[in-house]
Amino acid sequence: MATYIKMPKLSDTMTEGTLVKWLKSEGDEVTIDEEIAEVETDKATMTMPTFEEGVIHRIYVKEGEAVPLGAVLALVLEEGEEPPADADTPPANETDSSSEAEPPAADSESGPGTPAPASPSGAPDKPAAPVSTPSGGPYSLPGPVTGDGERIKASPLARRMAADQGVDLSRIRGTGPGGRIVAEDLQFLAGGSGAGTGIGLLPSPTPTGDQTLPLSGMRRVIAGRLLESKTTIPHFYLNIEIDAEPLMTLRAQVNEASLANEGPKYTVNDFIMRATVLAAQAVPAVNASFQGDSVYQYGEVHLSVAVAIDEGLVTPVIRSAQAKSIRDLAGEMKELAGKAREKKLTPDEMQGGTITISNLGAFGIGHFDAIINPPQAAILAIGTISKQPVVDAHNQIVPGQRMWIGMSCDHRVVDGAIGAQFLSELKRYLENPVLLVS
Amino acid sequence: MATYDLIVIGGGPAGYVAAIRAAQLGKKVACIEKERAGGTCLNWGCIPTKALLKNAELYHTLVHHADDFGLSFDKLSFDWDKVVRRSRNVSDKLAGGIEFLFKKNKVDYIRGTGGLAANGKVEVIREEGADPELLTTENVLIATGCVSRGLPFLPFDGEKVIGSREAMVLPKQPKSITIIGAGAIGIEFAYFFNAYGTEVHVVEMQDTVLPIEDNEVSAALEKSLTKQGVKIHTSTKTTHAEVGKKGVTLTIEPAAGGESSTIESEICLVAVGVAPVLPNNAEQIKLDDRGYIVTDERYQSSVPNVYAAGDITGPPWLAHTGSYEAIQAVEGMFDSSYTPKKVGLFPACTYCHPEVASIGLTEEACKEKDLAYRVGKFPFAASGRALAVADSEGFVKILIDEQYGEILGAHIIGAGSTELIAEIALAMNLEATHEEIEATIHAHPTLAEAIHEATSDAFGHAIHI
Repeated sequence: MATYIKMPKLSDTMTEGTLVKWLKSEGDEVTIDEEIAEVETDKATMTMPTFEEGVIHRIYVKEGEAVPLGAVLALVLEEGEEPPADADTPPANETDSSSEAEPPAADSESGPGTPAPASPSGAPDKPAAPVSTPSGGPYSLPGPVTGDGERIKASPLARRMAADQGVDLSRIRGTGPGGRIVAEDLQFLAGGSGAGTGIGLLPSPTPTGDQTLPLSGMRRVIAGRLLESKTTIPHFYLNIEIDAEPLMTLRAQVNEASLANEGPKYTVNDFIMRATVLAAQAVPAVNASFQGDSVYQYGEVHLSVAVAIDEGLVTPVIRSAQAKSIRDLAGEMKELAGKAREKKLTPDEMQGGTITISNLGAFGIGHFDAIINPPQAAILAIGTISKQPVVDAHNQIVPGQRMWIGMSCDHRVVDGAIGAQFLSELKRYLENPVLLVS
Repeated sequence: MATYDLIVIGGGPAGYVAAIRAAQLGKKVACIEKERAGGTCLNWGCIPTKALLKNAELYHTLVHHADDFGLSFDKLSFDWDKVVRRSRNVSDKLAGGIEFLFKKNKVDYIRGTGGLAANGKVEVIREEGADPELLTTENVLIATGCVSRGLPFLPFDGEKVIGSREAMVLPKQPKSITIIGAGAIGIEFAYFFNAYGTEVHVVEMQDTVLPIEDNEVSAALEKSLTKQGVKIHTSTKTTHAEVGKKGVTLTIEPAAGGESSTIESEICLVAVGVAPVLPNNAEQIKLDDRGYIVTDERYQSSVPNVYAAGDITGPPWLAHTGSYEAIQAVEGMFDSSYTPKKVGLFPACTYCHPEVASIGLTEEACKEKDLAYRVGKFPFAASGRALAVADSEGFVKILIDEQYGEILGAHIIGAGSTELIAEIALAMNLEATHEEIEATIHAHPTLAEAIHEATSDAFGHAIHI
């Protein structure tokens, strides 16, 4: 039975999805529940399972393409089944936002006994019909539930007050009959008095036992990609100590001058980005990718920078970083980091990096080893800058500032000597930071 | 000698309810009543007056509106004796009902005058002049209630200067009556006597009838009663009274001062309030400056294990609040883990015609508290049911908090309002907002629809106005 796979509704607010990556190609066999593509929603990148069994006959949507809900993505045929005559062109897109797309023509002709909704669009998500409240009032709020899905007993007035004040009812100890939350319990909160009366906020629900946290789309992607990286890429690790004194001195001067001209304030990471780009140009062998039967060496440096956000980790990419000044890099990074935190990065902005920087210096981490961000061949792990006793040129122990930079390399692409060469270039730039701003 | 867990002194709506509740909890209970079970409410208050008012309303309707219903008759008359007797019969029947409930719940019902005695004892004097008999008990609940309060210059004489108790059993219909006090009791009797053709004057110090009600309701009621023939003198004080053979002559003058005038009437009913009635030997119990028993949050008086509930603890002097307090007091008494509740929200009703019922804040109180509120109103003149039953006087007024939609108060004047108020009482007690009332389907055609419409009106959603 020929079945069209459509863009599913993967989040409540999703109106379109971007096909980030096909995990299957035309001609591949798929089984039920197998993940066939990564889809970027307004919230996260998620993998999309199929509910079909068969062979992907035709893929209609290219990677990176954004399509509305219900748009036909691919055609799956049963093994040995003849493709329909019009298989080369997708049927008209179902852009119905309810996602309850009608079965395509090929489907509706199938005989009785056919398993009902054959399209994945209907199955993985809940019907988009608005949740009606039992009272049916024009403004009624739905009854809140606890984390366990238990209904919270609260008066309508208390519910409205809580909603208005942004108070989580599951954290209120109700003093009404049977523990019902009443308005007084919220007035108490607002008043902030009543110590010793035993009413008020319950402690935040701290996990006192084991719990199962469902995977977010982003967590799923992180898990999949890093497992793949760590298990298929032969990592090796290098570390180098940088004298950060000149960098800190120059940064202070640059910032002073920049701020005086109402320019940006540069972070240490801005300098590291520029140094990485220059070092990668000097040792292009690290700016490469293992391609199975070849190594692909990139002509440009597209710099991935890891950004921690509430939900996990994203690595926005500064494209053609070799052509950008430190000022350009700093500005672009600031913008990308902001977008990352607001979850507004487009797939384009997260793809195509050639080398990655991960900086945990702000957390006081001395040095660490990072996992390579495939298909890249190297990732830098930047530690914190700390004051150290150092031995100077006159064999005197003096206070200095030091920083460790680690590098994880894909040994299939980068050998130890190449990695070392890159790191010593990086060190040279960072210890002569004037080269970074010229 | 038997040892009781609880002896209740007083068998009114607080006392008998307390006794039965304690008995339900498995306690050994006695209830001492000096007159008849049921107290003022059942014998001399709420119940018999409602019977009289029903008679009055029926008579008034036949006299003034028979033609509206297509009725005609040659000579309509009434038998005053029978009017009063029906009212007494209702009381008798209900008082018997309380005695039955005592038996059913194994409460020892003791006729006599109760009093406190030393060392956990209660005395009861079964007949006047008899020696006090001592009963032993763990706890005492005083629910002795109140009686009508007289005026210093106009003491009750039981014939020409009377309280509500005498007013409901007058041997014959008075030609004229002056009622001092336009609270619920004064207004109900004003309606009652006026309906039968007695000339009625009502003198009230404050500037409205039913002064505790919402001003709009009071004004509407004053207008209605005036139209019915009651002569109402608000903002008026009584300065002097003379009781003569033919009746009572009252000197009245504007409360703010001014020229005085006189009202002559056969009878003067003093309905200015009530005064507490203490049990015997209550000297040790701390009273407030008006003589009501002071209780703590568990309804306990200044004497350990002696509790009090109902009218004897002060306003609002209502049967339904007294019963509520009694249950709370008893539950707290026998369950130390239970925190008794105090009367908060309660409906108040006046059973004249049109009836008045209210709960919560008046609009004046909302203003005084500087609340942001909305007013919703719906006249019964726009109610299909009210028109169908030819009783479309009055309106529903509801006050709703602007921010959260909380129902702040409701004020209803009109036939059936004393029944309608229960919906609002429940809604307010459950902290429903206007949304829940709006979302509730009200049967059609009913007077209750007016509540729905008034609520909707506060937000401009009313359909029928």
